[in-house]
Amino acid sequence: MRGDDPVTLTACPDGPLIVRGPATFQGEDGEPVDQPRRTVALCRCGASAIKPWCDGTHKLTGFTTGHDDPR
Amino acid sequence: MAEDEDLQLSLFLLYGLAYGSLPWLDAAWEWHPDLIATRALLERAFEAQMRSAVTVEDPPRAEREAVAAWLFAATAPGPGPDLARFVAKSASREQAREFLIQRSIYTLREADPYSWAIPRLTGRAKAALVEIQSDEYGGGDPTRVHATMYAQAMRGAELDDRYGAYLDDVPALTLASQNLASMFGLNRRMQGALAGHLAVTEMTSSIPNRRYGDGFRRLGFGAEVTAYFDEHVEADAVHEQIAGRDLAGALAEDEPALLEDVLFGALACLRMDGWVGDHLLSAWQDGRTSLRSAPQEAIRP
Repeated sequence: MRGDDPVTLTACPDGPLIVRGPATFQGEDGEPVDQPRRTVALCRCGASAIKPWCDGTHKLTGFTTGHDDPR
Repeated sequence: MAEDEDLQLSLFLLYGLAYGSLPWLDAAWEWHPDLIATRALLERAFEAQMRSAVTVEDPPRAEREAVAAWLFAATAPGPGPDLARFVAKSASREQAREFLIQRSIYTLREADPYSWAIPRLTGRAKAALVEIQSDEYGGGDPTRVHATMYAQAMRGAELDDRYGAYLDDVPALTLASQNLASMFGLNRRMQGALAGHLAVTEMTSSIPNRRYGDGFRRLGFGAEVTAYFDEHVEADAVHEQIAGRDLAGALAEDEPALLEDVLFGALACLRMDGWVGDHLLSAWQDGRTSLRSAPQEAIRP
């Protein structure tokens, strides 16, 4: 992965945002969030117990993103 | 077939020749014509059983999103009692260690059955599979290889982490579960089924693994044991999206003739997981061991 590669965000219907590329994640305090894998899924439903990452809980809560998602 | 001890052990050993997972199997036997013929004979019976055990209802169009949506619907978590809830709330320490033994047949070689498909796929399905497998194999960090993390969990629970150490203790169903993935992986004609199998494996992982982790924490196991489960909550929430859309969905869209087998592989995986889960749950609810021998013999390192 090169620093000048683009970062891509993919909105998964009824699911998380998949982030690929050299993105850095940090908390409100500016401290970096430990990112143990190259491709990550960001919680979009608000119910994950491991935010900012997705833990699949959207499947238990009936979360939907409607039909206007970029495909 | 799935509960036939002789058939499943034979298939498991024949696949072991290809994996190299059992060091006491002579590598020179890998392509022995009689063994290949025997494997094909056993596979025919096993495949026929699995095909007759599942029925595909309302198949989706061979389009990426439609296939992914169908797979997510087929694997939607239900409210009823299941193995993960039992481990979270009720399992004893010995049952938890038995669970680690049962899972070790797959997880000490985690992800390997799916790697057989890499050179056979092309384009976006290949990229998707490699993206998942790279993460399964630690993304370049040997300590994060999932099979290595599982070995650490077994040692943390004072179990033998050598592959096959409990081969004589696990029942045919446990071997059948691994054999199903190996059969799909080692037969190029079933690569659609392998993609469906992987998608279901990933889609039924995050939520149960959170419960397994909770159960092992409740029982006082340390972080060296629970790290494996926590890793899968996070990793498989990523993998299920890639496996459903970019692997299984894209494969069916690019090669519509494979759609039927993608769906078959998915349902066969669900059915097999159901059989295994029912076996463990019913044994433990009746106060019996889920292993073939008494646990005090089986789990002595």
